[in-house]
Amino acid sequence: MALDKTGIAKRIAQELRDGWYVNLGIGIPTLVANYIPEGIEVEFQSENGVLGMGPFPFEGEEDADLINAGKQTITVLKGAAFFDSAMSFSMIRGQHVQLTVLGAMEVSQNGDIANWKIPGKMVKGMGGAMDLVASAENIIVAMMHSNREGESKILKKCTLPLTGVGCVKKVVTELAVLEIRDNKFYLIERAPGVSVEEIISKTEGDLVVPDFVPEMVL
Amino acid sequence: MNKVVKNVEEALVGIEDGMTLMLGGFGLCGIPENSIAQLVKLGVKDLTCISNNAGVDDFGLGLLLHGRQIKKMISSYVGENAEFERQMLSGELIVDLIPQGSLAERCRAGGAGIPAFFTPAGYGTEVSEGKEVREFNGKPHILEMALTADFAIVKAWKGDTEGNLIFKATARNFNPMMAMAGKITIAEVEELVPAGELDPNDIHTPGIFVQRIFKGEKFEKRIEQRTVRMKNEE
Repeated sequence: MALDKTGIAKRIAQELRDGWYVNLGIGIPTLVANYIPEGIEVEFQSENGVLGMGPFPFEGEEDADLINAGKQTITVLKGAAFFDSAMSFSMIRGQHVQLTVLGAMEVSQNGDIANWKIPGKMVKGMGGAMDLVASAENIIVAMMHSNREGESKILKKCTLPLTGVGCVKKVVTELAVLEIRDNKFYLIERAPGVSVEEIISKTEGDLVVPDFVPEMVL
Repeated sequence: MNKVVKNVEEALVGIEDGMTLMLGGFGLCGIPENSIAQLVKLGVKDLTCISNNAGVDDFGLGLLLHGRQIKKMISSYVGENAEFERQMLSGELIVDLIPQGSLAERCRAGGAGIPAFFTPAGYGTEVSEGKEVREFNGKPHILEMALTADFAIVKAWKGDTEGNLIFKATARNFNPMMAMAGKITIAEVEELVPAGELDPNDIHTPGIFVQRIFKGEKFEKRIEQRTVRMKNEE
């Protein structure tokens, strides 16, 4: 069965490594923080100016001055730090953050990503996404394989305005884990019970499929 | 040097139609809400506003958009504001969307006397159109220009009569860089104390960057996305 959002977040959480500083985008990426593997320590950075983000506050303990990049009220853990936006992006641009997880509307087989604008329809802005994808060495995209009309979002070439070029190396969808290398998608894992045929049929970009494709272990 | 002005009316003297303003804040967090209310009252028009976001429909910069006081917005993310989207798509409002890190650094550069800098953010996208591209260490970068403003309006937690500022938690965000980049910088604070009461070790923005400081009359501090967990949750 295809994964739900929680499943995608759980699978991405398996990519976390001890000692990493991690920036999580809005939406599914935010959920990754709930599934940190046991025995490792990671610290979450939010680009509006906090390192050491903790869980949401208990009701009645919300602080309007303490939010994450999604404008949600948060708490901080012991050892947290606050800083201004220029310093925050110094951490990001300067590659002091080891992993960035973000959502996307489209990715292409050369690693391009589009997630900030649908011309004439939706213009929300790029926020920090362009800075993040231009500098992060390790980017994982959390997204759905197809849009609401059933069209693949895993493409030969992006059709929407780009957020960054040649930057995505790994994609986790409700169906599969894909890696991007040599201008192709490589099928690494499939969601439990999802067939290779289904993944092939829903992937518009060039997909390399090995003889054996393991199921995700969640 | 005493930077204290009596109230918000006195603080905003000199702001005129057609000026460029920087306004601190991220979402509704750390925005100078008393000054925004006064800008609405003054009715100044054709403003260029540099601010990471554009508020929501009925708070923050959304109040200025509602009265068509803004001619141009320079921001990174404007997703929470339907009136903004309407004015932008209809062409009533000129919008310059720029990556958040570039926006922060452009303000910092403006205050720091650095006219422009190269950054990888936005290369190969609409953002890089018409901008100089240069390779450093084998990677393409685009040239981004510094930003300055006629007035920068920031919000701090504590300030003293010298204009020294301390921000709270994530309400710091763009405020320190914008304070540096205003020809005249106005700070509205929750607590205003005499010089000597703030520990110099704790100052985030030194008073040299602040020309006028006042204690805000009231802070609503609206929360945009109230998210909580239940007591029995881990």
